[in-house]
Amino acid sequence: MADLHPDNPYAPDRFPDPKKAVEFPPEAKKRFDYILTRYPNKEACLLPTLHLVQETWGWISPEAVLYVGTLLNLSPATVFGVVSFYNMYNQKPVGKYHLQVCTNLSCMVRRAYDIYDHLCDKLDVHPGATTKDGLYTVVEVECLGSCGTAPVVQVNNDYHENMDVTKIDALLGELK
Amino acid sequence: MEQIKILTANIDKPNSTSIDVYIDGGGYKAAEKALKMKPEEVTQVVKDSELRGRGGAGFPTGAKWSFVPKNAPKPTWLLCNADESEPGTFKDRVLMEKDPHLLIEGMIISGYAIGSNPMSYIYIRGEFHYGSVVLEKALDEARAKGYLGKNILGSGFDFDITVARGAGAYICGEETGLIESVEGHRGQPRVKPPFPAVIGVFGGPTVVNNVETLACVPLIINNGADWFKSFGTPKNTGPKLYCVSGSVRKPGVYEFPMGVNLKELIYEHCGGILGDRKLKAVIPGGASAPMFTPDEIDLPLNFDAIQKAGSMLGSAGIIVLDDSVCIVDAVWRLSKFFAHESCGQCTPCREGTNWLESVLDRIERGEGRKQDADLLLDMSDNIGGKSLCALGDAAIGPVISSVKKFRSEYLHHIEHKSCLPETVRYRRLDRAVAAH
Repeated sequence: MADLHPDNPYAPDRFPDPKKAVEFPPEAKKRFDYILTRYPNKEACLLPTLHLVQETWGWISPEAVLYVGTLLNLSPATVFGVVSFYNMYNQKPVGKYHLQVCTNLSCMVRRAYDIYDHLCDKLDVHPGATTKDGLYTVVEVECLGSCGTAPVVQVNNDYHENMDVTKIDALLGELK
Repeated sequence: MEQIKILTANIDKPNSTSIDVYIDGGGYKAAEKALKMKPEEVTQVVKDSELRGRGGAGFPTGAKWSFVPKNAPKPTWLLCNADESEPGTFKDRVLMEKDPHLLIEGMIISGYAIGSNPMSYIYIRGEFHYGSVVLEKALDEARAKGYLGKNILGSGFDFDITVARGAGAYICGEETGLIESVEGHRGQPRVKPPFPAVIGVFGGPTVVNNVETLACVPLIINNGADWFKSFGTPKNTGPKLYCVSGSVRKPGVYEFPMGVNLKELIYEHCGGILGDRKLKAVIPGGASAPMFTPDEIDLPLNFDAIQKAGSMLGSAGIIVLDDSVCIVDAVWRLSKFFAHESCGQCTPCREGTNWLESVLDRIERGEGRKQDADLLLDMSDNIGGKSLCALGDAAIGPVISSVKKFRSEYLHHIEHKSCLPETVRYRRLDRAVAAH
């Protein structure tokens, strides 16, 4: 993994640190063993294993990429290629509450950008960034498949539908 | 036309996801019936019903099943496409979250008909976490009752289902992209041929069916092909879920016999346009379908009629836009989606979708050039049909149709450096847009 382009802004974070080597806790290990029984080969277990990594540590660190590679007999490059292809795998740590605002057309005409702007302004964060207290990350995402109840904001795994600026303020009050 | 409750018959029942409620309503009868038939007979009934795939392309389901070769050297696979990511589409989510056993029963019957491997997968988009939890629970119930597992109902047929979660990639809704993703790769579509029915997932023959398609199968087995054909018109049969979103008073999922009138659906069933504004444009089949102007919408919503009118029914995701929406901004938003979701494999799509987005953005900002409307058409011409999968063609659908049908609005932007006076700003132009 040493041959990253020097201009790559993420390059320093992408080198695995041997001191931070990770391993699944027993509960996650048990789930990983179950995943192995559901697919005909190890490579096909990659996506569910990465979901498990993210559930366990909140993001997919370079160390976790190495670890998953050794578990599934895949090169770190193969694993990282998959991690960086899919949107939902966090390549950096995110806040305790990952606020994902859908702004696609159906949500946009129901004023989803107002919610997005409001969150960025109120929490004083740039899109994609995490607040200093580590509580919130705000991102704009593509269609969440909830257009009939637009606008929708996904907080971690949960959908909050029919949102508006007042409701998002109330929701922020609950998310501490 | 009256609304019907056939695919959605169970969703309003209390505790509709439990297997007991489903069995009380006559559930799993179709599976019992189908497992006593020969697989070819099951396929024939589905062929006779003229069921067409509900995922977008409208390919006849029975024909798709019959392409699977008998005695293939590798096992045959059934995959359920639950990667519902087309903007404007949210029908499969309702079925999975409210009536998961209907899908499971449909998969048992379909798996039996095609001679599936004992394992099959529901590939559900990663964002539908709740849906995957509901499905997992329903699968456990079905296993406990003996509807999944070894020797189902004493028929000698072994079958099981695993929920495979995606991780946020629209392209994995494409048949071969989905297959790649199930195999643990990046979801980049494959060259066809070979078609998945011959070589698909893990090298074996593969059938990929949409959730709604599979949910139709138990109904066909229970009630017969003629009953199914009594809905809709010849070649466009069966009950159909329509998703209506955007500027209507009552958005949501509506079930009708295939072929409800689009105008009637918007004005009568969905309560008309929000805030009594004027209708400006309708996208009839998800983000990739070319849009209609208000004088074009008096037509039945079925595969053939919409195609004849120059668009496509696709996944029946109907997005309604009123006259407060700037067409350039709306098309920019869709282009941004396609630029974000292009998998990066084919150059015309990877580069072209980004250029479409940039040119639309500069027109919206009042920096458009005189030739930009024609430039958009020219770029679209260089994307369409020049990539492995349909994403490139999808991306140009809204662009071409909007330039042709709303050219004066584009020219207004370029001449006056502003949107039409009656439109409203739905986003701030000074806000940085996340890179993709």
